[in-house]
Amino acid sequence: MSIFTGAWDFIVDPGNWSGDTGIGTRILQHLWYSVLAVALSAVIAVPIGLLIGHLRRGEIVVVSLVNALRSLPTLGLLTFLVLLMGLGVMPPILALVILGIPPLLAGTYAGIASVDRGVVEAARAMGMTELQILFRVEIPNALPLILGGLRNATLQVIATATVAAYVNLGGLGRYIFDGLALYKYDRVVVGAILVAVVALVVDGLLALVVWASVPGTGRLRRTPDLARL
Amino acid sequence: MRWLIDNFSTVVDYSKTHLYLALLPLLIGLLIAVPVGTAIRNVRWLRRITLTLASIAFTIPSLALFVTIPQLFGLKTLDPLNVVIALSVYATALLIRAVPEALDSVPDNVIDASTAVGFTPLRRALTVELPLALPVMIANIRVIAVTNISLVSVGSLIGIGGLGVLFKQGYDRDYPDQIVAGIIAIVVLALALDLILYLIGRFLTPWTRTSTSNSSKVPAVLSAEGEPV
Repeated sequence: MSIFTGAWDFIVDPGNWSGDTGIGTRILQHLWYSVLAVALSAVIAVPIGLLIGHLRRGEIVVVSLVNALRSLPTLGLLTFLVLLMGLGVMPPILALVILGIPPLLAGTYAGIASVDRGVVEAARAMGMTELQILFRVEIPNALPLILGGLRNATLQVIATATVAAYVNLGGLGRYIFDGLALYKYDRVVVGAILVAVVALVVDGLLALVVWASVPGTGRLRRTPDLARL
Repeated sequence: MRWLIDNFSTVVDYSKTHLYLALLPLLIGLLIAVPVGTAIRNVRWLRRITLTLASIAFTIPSLALFVTIPQLFGLKTLDPLNVVIALSVYATALLIRAVPEALDSVPDNVIDASTAVGFTPLRRALTVELPLALPVMIANIRVIAVTNISLVSVGSLIGIGGLGVLFKQGYDRDYPDQIVAGIIAIVVLALALDLILYLIGRFLTPWTRTSTSNSSKVPAVLSAEGEPV
């Protein structure tokens, strides 16, 4: 158990939080890689999911694409990309982007495709254009599932960004790999605890966003609509 | 590709270890989650507590678990059991959420009917509810199996066998061919396993084949969650 008390002492020591290699910087680096990767995944996955979901065909394409991408091992991609492109931020980010695509694509597609067909037909019958149907009917109704996909992708990317430290990058994985190399297991536990806490906090915040996005509850309304009272 | 052909027997050996490390946790997870999930389904507060605990376990990165478990259980860092325990935690966390959901997918009138003809709760669970919950269960098992295969490779970073060894060695020796061999082997293993599970599911649930094929329901494979890596 002394390893855990050692790790705890390290974390609560304010001296370990500041500076270029302090805990503060490591957390920010970790979050920065994660946000960049998830944003890029979303740019790729969300439009594809919206399109296929709206057309309501090509489901087989989504299922096989999601399955194939899920089976790609991130560590293999990461090491391969580093040998191919050299050290730097790009190889880990690319590997994390590929990790983030399947949950986002699955969530977006499932969200749009599960919107009640009758609702979409009604919108079409009222004369809405396809774009209006997508943005005013399908996306608002699909929002909880789309954001659920985002939450999943973010959780997986934050957890996996730890591996970036294996190829000499920063982030919270540094503590784990440096600790392993030096046989300082309390340092390893420091990394493990910090990643888990960051993942939990971000996941909790996103859970709140998903909760707020459920349509028809008015949870996202900014101010009460006085004119209607 | 050359490396893969020249060292085929080595890759097969690593694949066996890899499969063992990926599938044993899935079995352990099923053994724990099916009885527990069935038991807690109708007790609302117990179900909520279990789900919360499961989502917390789910946010801990695998690398963090791999390195912390030996300290908790007094195992050696290089013991393959670490990976088995860590992946069992994830598999159980995911399945314990999936089992009640799968049971919820069983139509109420079927349950009422079996109660009415005099089934005891245990017999009803074993012969009516669990079999009818299979389609949703299989979809979740497929996702867990595929992600487990990809996750085991991370174990190589802390010195545990399996196909991940090819990534570590290939990276250390600056030899991309070896990494590509590992990626190919893992993707093939994952997709083959996915196909086998899909076929087992079809064989076990013959009634799903004749159901309405053009309904707008989203396949459960897409709504099932993956694991953090």
